[in-house]
Amino acid sequence: MSVLLEIKGLTRRFDGVTAVKDFDLTIAEGELIGLIGPNGAGKTTSFNLISGLDRPDAGSIAFADRSIGGLGPEAIAALGLARTFQHGRVFANLSVEDNVLVGAHTRLRAVRPPWPVIGPLVELALALTRPASVQREEEALRAEAREILALFGDRLTPRLDHPAYSLSYANRRRLEIARALALKPRLLLLDEPTAGMNPTETAEMQALIATLKAGGLTILLIEHKLDMVMALSDRVCVLDNGTKIAEGAPQDVRRDPAVVEAYLGHSDVGAPSQAESVA
Amino acid sequence: MSSFIDYTVNGLVIGNIYALLAVGLALIFGVSNLINFAHGSVYTIGAYVGWAAITFLHTPLPITMAIVFIASALVGMLIERVGLRPLQGSARIAPLLATIGISFVLDQVVQLVFSPNPRALPNDLPDWRIDIGGGSIGALDLLIAGVGVGSAAMLFVFLRFTKLGYAVRATAQDREAALQMGVNVNAVNSAVFAIASALGGLSGLLVGMYYNHIDPAMSFQATLKGIVAQVIGGVGNVPGAIVGSLMLGLIESYGIALLGTTYRNLFAFALLILFLHFLPNGLFGGRSVLQSEPLAGAFIAPSKPIRLPRWALWALTGAAFALPLVIGAPYLLQTLTNAWLAAMLALSLTLMAGTAGQISFGHAGLLAIGAYASALLAVDLGAPAYLTVPAAGLITSALGTLLIFPAFRLRGHYIAIATLAIGEVVSLVILNWESLTRGAMGITSIPPLSIFGHEIYAIREVYWLCLAIVVGLALLQTRLLASHFGRTLRAIRDDDVAARSYGIGLERYKALAFAFGGFGAGVSGAITAHLYSYINHQTFDSQVSLLALTMVILGGMGNVVGAVIGAIVLVGLPEIFRVTAEYRILIYGIVLLLLIRFRPQGLMGTV
Repeated sequence: MSVLLEIKGLTRRFDGVTAVKDFDLTIAEGELIGLIGPNGAGKTTSFNLISGLDRPDAGSIAFADRSIGGLGPEAIAALGLARTFQHGRVFANLSVEDNVLVGAHTRLRAVRPPWPVIGPLVELALALTRPASVQREEEALRAEAREILALFGDRLTPRLDHPAYSLSYANRRRLEIARALALKPRLLLLDEPTAGMNPTETAEMQALIATLKAGGLTILLIEHKLDMVMALSDRVCVLDNGTKIAEGAPQDVRRDPAVVEAYLGHSDVGAPSQAESVA
Repeated sequence: MSSFIDYTVNGLVIGNIYALLAVGLALIFGVSNLINFAHGSVYTIGAYVGWAAITFLHTPLPITMAIVFIASALVGMLIERVGLRPLQGSARIAPLLATIGISFVLDQVVQLVFSPNPRALPNDLPDWRIDIGGGSIGALDLLIAGVGVGSAAMLFVFLRFTKLGYAVRATAQDREAALQMGVNVNAVNSAVFAIASALGGLSGLLVGMYYNHIDPAMSFQATLKGIVAQVIGGVGNVPGAIVGSLMLGLIESYGIALLGTTYRNLFAFALLILFLHFLPNGLFGGRSVLQSEPLAGAFIAPSKPIRLPRWALWALTGAAFALPLVIGAPYLLQTLTNAWLAAMLALSLTLMAGTAGQISFGHAGLLAIGAYASALLAVDLGAPAYLTVPAAGLITSALGTLLIFPAFRLRGHYIAIATLAIGEVVSLVILNWESLTRGAMGITSIPPLSIFGHEIYAIREVYWLCLAIVVGLALLQTRLLASHFGRTLRAIRDDDVAARSYGIGLERYKALAFAFGGFGAGVSGAITAHLYSYINHQTFDSQVSLLALTMVILGGMGNVVGAVIGAIVLVGLPEIFRVTAEYRILIYGIVLLLLIRFRPQGLMGTV
C-alpha cells in the first residue's frame, strides 16, 4: 500500500498556546485512521492545517507525494482532499442538491477551461451560453448527486429542493458528507460526523462509513464516540494537549495507560504522582 | 522650515480631531463588532448643536461644549436603540445597513432643520498665538490638543478603573461570556454609544471652530476619516485609533503642502486601500486567526423567494413595452425611464451584494466611470453613441474589476469600507485629472443617443431603448444564476471558508461577478450622460450608491425581478407623488431602516 498522507513535525501556536505540537502521522491508501482525544486536544486544528485553511508554524504535509504545506484550501481540494466541518458548514440558502453539486466544483471540466487569463472569461461565456457539452456535464453531475444522496436512504432524497437552512442538525451533517463525496476525494477528513445524532442515527452513519471504507476510500475520522472509532478504524491516533500520546491498533490504544489517563483525568491530581510514590 | 512646523501643528490638530472620532468608532466596534456608519452624523449634529447654542443662547465655550457633549451622547444612545438593539440575532449585515440608514436620516434632518448652506461657527477664544521655531500655535490648537489628550486620559481611567469600564472590556472580549456573568450587555452598548458619540460630537464642534465653517455634507467625510484612522491602527483597537488618527492628520497635512487641498481626501483613501491590502489588521494587529464557524445563513435573511410565473413576467414586460402607445404623458415616461436606468444599476448591485455577498457602497463610482467613458469617447473622439455606450460598459467592467480586485481578499465589513473608498477615489480622480476629465468643470455638450445616425431624442424612444436594455440584462443575469456560476457565487456568499475548501477560488468568481455587473452599471451611467448632456464629478454621488442598495434590499438580495421592482418603487413612486429631493433621501433612509427591521428578505425574497 502506498502512502497517501504524510505529516511530519506539524506545529501550530496561537498566542502562546501550542494547539498542535510536533505531530507525525502517516496514512496509507485505503486506510481508515481514527483521530481521538479530549476536547481541545488539537484535532480540528490538525484538520484545518491539513486542508489548508490554517498555516502551520512548523512541519511538513505531503499528500500523494506532493508537499501541500503552503497551498491554499482551493488547491488542496483540487488535488482530491475533501473535509467536513465540526459544526456543519453547509451553504444555507442553497438547495440540498446544489450543496452537493458545489462539492463537485473541482471536477467541472466542460465549463472551466484550464487556459490562463482568458479561462475565467470563457467560463463566464460558457455559463451564459451553455453549449451541449456543458449541459451534459451538468446533467451527469446532477444524476450523480442524487446517487450520493441516496446513500443516506430517505434522509435527504425527499428534501432535494429544500434549502439547507431548513434541515435538521443531523441532516446538515449528512449533507456535508454528501458534498464531500461529490468531490470524489482520494482522502476524506470527517470531523465528528455523528455529533448531535441519536444512537439509531449514529449506527446508520457508522454503517455508511464502513461502506465507504469497503469501497476503498481513505478516511481520517475525528470522533468522540469511541465504540464507533474502535469498530471502524484500522489504526487509532490519540492527541492530548496538541501532542500525539498514542498510536496503534484500536485494541492496543484502548489499553494504553496514557490514553486512559488523558480521558479519565490525570491520576496525579490530588495525589502524589506515580514517579514520586515510586521514589 | 517655518511652514514645516505650521504643517506639523496643523496635522497634529487635525489628527486630534480624527482621534476623537476614531476612538468612538473603535469603542463601538469593540463591544458590538459594528462599524458605525452613523458616526459622522453625530459629529455633524455636534457641530450644529454647538452652532445653535452659540448663536441663539450665546453660551460661553465650556457650556457649549457641555451641551454638545450631552446632546451627542443622547443621539448615540438613540442610534444604539434603533440600529443595534432590535437587530440582535438577525443577519450579520443588518446592523451595518441600519447605521447607514440612520446616517442618511440624521443628515437629512440636519439639512432640513438648518438648511444645506454652510455656516460660520465663531468662537470666543483669545486670538493670541505662541511663536515656536518660526511657526506658531494658537489657543484653539491648544484647546483641541487638550480635549484630545484629556479625553484619551479620561477614557483610559474609565476603562481601567470603573465598574462599567470593566463591563465594557468584558463585553468586547466575549459578549456571550459577559452576558452569562450578569453583565447587562444592552446597558454596556448604550453607554459605549453615548461616550463614543459625545466624543464624536465634540470633534464636530472643534472642527467647526477650527475652520469656522460647518455644513451638513461634512458627515460622510468624517465617517470615512474615522474609519481610515481605525483601519491604520487596527479596527477596534483604541490606542491604535489614536495613533492612526495622528498619522492620518500628519500625512494629509504634508500631502496638502506638497500637492494642494483637492488632494486631501485622495491621501486618506489611498492610505486606506494600501492598509486594507497589505496590513488589513492595521499597525497593531497580529496575524489573523481563522474565523469561527458561522451560523447557517447568517449573511442574509433566509427566505423562500416569491416566484412569479413566467407568463406573468412576460405579460408585465409586454405591458411595459406597450405603455407609451397607450399613455403619452412625457412625465410618466420620463419617470419610468429613470426607473429603468436605476434598474440596470440595481441588477448589477444585486448580483454583487446579493448573489455574491460582496456589499458594495461605491456603486455610484461605476456609474461615473461609465458616464465619463462614453462622454469622453463621444466628445473627444466623436464616436457615435451606439459604439460608446457598449464600450463604456466594457470599460467600466474592466476598470471597476481592476479597482476592486485588491479588496477581494477582505471579508465582511472590510469589503464594504473598501468599496466605499473606491467610490470616493473615482470621484476624486475625476476631479483632479483635469487633462482628461476637465476636472470640476465637468463635460458639457455630450451628444444625444443615436443608432446608426438616427438620434434618439423622443422620450418614447429613450424609454423603449432603456427598457429593452433592462430586459436584456435581466434575462442574461437570470440565465447566469441558473448555471454553475450562480451556484458558485451563492456558495461563496453563504460560507466562503467552506467554498474554498471545495476548490472555489474566491477572487476568480468575485472578479467575474464584478465584471458582469460592472457592464450593466457602466451602460446605465453612459446612457445617463447622453441624456443629461452634462456631467461632473458630483453627478453620481454616494447617495446614488445608497439608493441602489435600498432598491436591492427592497426587492430582495440577489433577486433579479426584485431589483427591477425595487427600482420602479423607489424611483417611480416619489416622482409620482412629487416628493421634493430633500425629503426623498429621508424617505430612502427610513425605508431602508424599516426593511431591515421588519422585512429583511425584501419584497420578493432573497435568492
